Amino acid sequence: MTQTLSVSTLLAVPLAPLAGALVAGILGTSLGGNWVGRRLSHTLTILGVLVAFILSAMTLKSVVLDGARFNDTIYTWMTVGGLKMEIGFLVDSLTAMMMCVVTFVSLMVHIYTIGYMEEDEGYNRFFAYISMFTFSMLMLVMSNNLLQLFFGWEAVGLMSYLLIGFWFNKPSAVFANMKAFLVNRVGDFGFILGIGLIAAYAGTLNYGETFAKANELSKLAFPGTGWMLITVICICLFIGAMGKSAQFPLHVWLPDSMEGPTPISALIHAATMVTAGIFMVARMSPLFELSDTALSFIMVIGGITALFMGFLGVIQNDIKRVVAYSTLSQLGYMTVALGASAYSVAVFHLMTHAFFKALLFLAAGSVIMGMHHNQDIRWMGGVRKYMPITWITSLLGSLALIGTPLFAGFYSKDSIIEAVRESHLAGSGFAYFAVLASVFVTAFYSFRLYFLVFHGKERFDQNPDAHHDPHDAHGHNKPHESPWVVTVPLILLAIPSVVIGFMTIQPMLFGEFFKDAIFVDLERHPAMEELAKVFHGPVQMALHGLMAAPFWLALAGVVLSYYMYMVNPALPAAIKRRAQPIFTLLDNKYYLDWFNENVLARGVRALGLGLWKGGDEKLIDGAVVNGSWKLVGWVSGIVRRLQSGYIYHYAFGMIIGVFVLMTYFVWLNR
Amino acid sequence: MMLTLGHFLSLGAMLFALSIIGIFLNRKNLIVLLMAIELMLLAVNMNFVAFSYYLNDMAGQVFVFFILTVAAAESAIGLAILVLLFRNKSSINVDELNTLRG
Amino acid sequence: MDAKTGLFYVFAAVLLFAAFRVITSRNPVHAVLYLVLAFFQAAAVWMLLKAEFLAITLVLVYVGAVMVLFLFVVMMLDVNLDSVRKGFWKHFPLAGTVGAIIALEMSYVLMGGFREPPKLASSAGQIGDQVSNTKELGKLLYSEYLYPLEVAAVILLVAIVAAIALTLRKRKDSKHMDPAEQVRAKRIDRVSLVKMKSVVAAPTTVVPAEEKQS
Repeated sequence: MTQTLSVSTLLAVPLAPLAGALVAGILGTSLGGNWVGRRLSHTLTILGVLVAFILSAMTLKSVVLDGARFNDTIYTWMTVGGLKMEIGFLVDSLTAMMMCVVTFVSLMVHIYTIGYMEEDEGYNRFFAYISMFTFSMLMLVMSNNLLQLFFGWEAVGLMSYLLIGFWFNKPSAVFANMKAFLVNRVGDFGFILGIGLIAAYAGTLNYGETFAKANELSKLAFPGTGWMLITVICICLFIGAMGKSAQFPLHVWLPDSMEGPTPISALIHAATMVTAGIFMVARMSPLFELSDTALSFIMVIGGITALFMGFLGVIQNDIKRVVAYSTLSQLGYMTVALGASAYSVAVFHLMTHAFFKALLFLAAGSVIMGMHHNQDIRWMGGVRKYMPITWITSLLGSLALIGTPLFAGFYSKDSIIEAVRESHLAGSGFAYFAVLASVFVTAFYSFRLYFLVFHGKERFDQNPDAHHDPHDAHGHNKPHESPWVVTVPLILLAIPSVVIGFMTIQPMLFGEFFKDAIFVDLERHPAMEELAKVFHGPVQMALHGLMAAPFWLALAGVVLSYYMYMVNPALPAAIKRRAQPIFTLLDNKYYLDWFNENVLARGVRALGLGLWKGGDEKLIDGAVVNGSWKLVGWVSGIVRRLQSGYIYHYAFGMIIGVFVLMTYFVWLNR
Repeated sequence: MMLTLGHFLSLGAMLFALSIIGIFLNRKNLIVLLMAIELMLLAVNMNFVAFSYYLNDMAGQVFVFFILTVAAAESAIGLAILVLLFRNKSSINVDELNTLRG
Repeated sequence: MDAKTGLFYVFAAVLLFAAFRVITSRNPVHAVLYLVLAFFQAAAVWMLLKAEFLAITLVLVYVGAVMVLFLFVVMMLDVNLDSVRKGFWKHFPLAGTVGAIIALEMSYVLMGGFREPPKLASSAGQIGDQVSNTKELGKLLYSEYLYPLEVAAVILLVAIVAAIALTLRKRKDSKHMDPAEQVRAKRIDRVSLVKMKSVVAAPTTVVPAEEKQS
């Protein structure tokens, strides 16, 4: 029996964090007079997110165990023509899973922030922002129509902007937040075009109604070209996902977004906001299944991102940037899975990745705190002695990331690799190669990071940019373990990183979990079917995985990184000297940033300047505005000579007039 | 040769043309300008009287009567203005009367 | 060619010559006199057209009054004769051309385009040998054209008042003030305060009693 969930419960899920955000953000800052202090604001916001998490967990239970669903309008904003604009919720298994992930990670980040942002002036503002972000993300995932999705989409983009530029006095942070927002805008442009096309051809923005018309839409061609309409729609929607989920070439904002505080790197740029694109494509699976071209495109882009971003992660020295490129690579994996029509696998990887990537970011933040805000891994080493909890949880997270059998990441990554192999679409060969090669690269840079930070000789004193911490009364800056508000979230995130894959793979991928949420056309895209044939349970999959290529590649990556950074530390420098051009290419991030700044940005500014000086000043101001009065003046200057003041001139003029008229009449009457 | 209306009208036309030339030529002497205007009026009167005779309608002559009245009034006032101008500028040079120029 | 036509040509020729001399005379007095001649010729032509009242009126009113007025003014104004003639012939070609074209055009139109309509006996007035032009004019003026006649009278009145008002210098018995001058008056120009003692010693010289009484 399909029950419906209670509206008030569902409404409370996004509104509780919103309430917390408003209190902390208005009353806790100078906007509202600084009424609410730090303790009260963090308590209220954490309470809000906790309520949201508990209710989400209850909703998940209802959805999974009791089969409850909800798809209704909460509030109709307006009706324009035939188009209804409304706020509504669609809560099925996909939504419930996302709600739980978002609220859990958000809760962990909220608790973590108490410790991380302790010394920061904008404490209340930060809590307000992350709670507001949670509200936006929840509105995004719970939406039942494209308009609300877009609202959530833009709202999370806005919160990302505010949070990246949280330390707004730092010029690099301001540059980064503008970059993030603008690159997102490019993606949103495509997204809006897709939404517009759907509104125009389907006449509705509601998911259910659109999907009902999907088959009709698939027969139409895009007017004026030979393209199918559904392909154009899907590609436009995917461009939005490219912006939000940082796929090549709209990925350039994510590494720069590390300018923001670490908690938000974990929350937004690992677990939740960047996954919005993946979620959106999975949600729109009935549409994407109808266009092979779009799926190929998605797969190729995902493959490029997965492989090439991994390469960039190898040479980074900032601890957060390594994890950022790792995130980019993993997002590429999810995108590849979407292209192979394995939407459930992509969403599964989204979930597991949320846990272990948030864990890795928060652990990195813990290390940064311990190292007195030094982020350069070249000047770390041997930290495991001082920060044991951080060390163990990082190890677990890294093992999950590289796909060690039995850990969460293994199940999701290997499923993706298998699904891509089974896909027959154009570009699947390249995508398969990319994801497979990327396993090696991922393992390499993950364990490079691990070894350089936690093992080896301590290099703290070699840091040329070190600033001496005022806390440090002993005169040496040795790291120390972070307070419990930081380590408890690490532990709480490590647990699912290890076990959740094992526990949920069967129902999620091969069971009935996503039955009515995700639609796959199994005849044309048989990947999931093939996967189901070879799946015989998580334990068997783990054992089988020990003998499969990905495992050996990962192992090779770990061994190589151990060799290069622990056994023979001079080797990396030697390789760099030999392969300097490759190193330069990677260091400049394939010159994409250079291209964006010098060709695109400068080009547009030059265009603006040209239009201003030439078009606006010369043409409009000069020729039209000034020109009109100058013309009038010039003409008047000539005509005024008729007003000579001499009577005989006037009389003569009259006589000439008479003469002309006479001539005219003489001609007429000839 | 019979005298036709045309003869008288041509006479009037030539008088009119002469007065126009007079207006245009006399830039230095305002009095002659006023006299040229009188000539113009005379030309018009000539036309009226000719028409009155040839169309056998007294209305033309009535009109001439009124034109004479008005012309007298106009010349009186014109000369008064001339006297004033001369008082203020000590010259009747028309070329100097251009302060109303645009 | 009968007498009438010949007389017409004579009068017309003199008229045109006189008009030409009006505008080209060096001496303004000469110009006025030539204008008088022109008017006389015009009056003669009108006589030929059997409009004797108008002809006489022309001579009486125009020549007798208006031209005399012109002569007065010409003689009153002390005009430097040489300066008024400079640059005279410079503009003659253009003016001559325009004038000639106008005259020729009008003649062409008028000579070619008019056909004499049959002479109807109009009740409005008769022109003929036996008809008194004055009487006919009077008949019309005082019946049909009474209103314009009165208006003409008013115009003459206005002309009188205007001419006087324009040329009148200040009236000797008028006591009106120029308001602009009144506003311009300043206290500082009118009043000055002088400090002096309230009690002043009387002068010691005695004024003789006879002078005071007378």
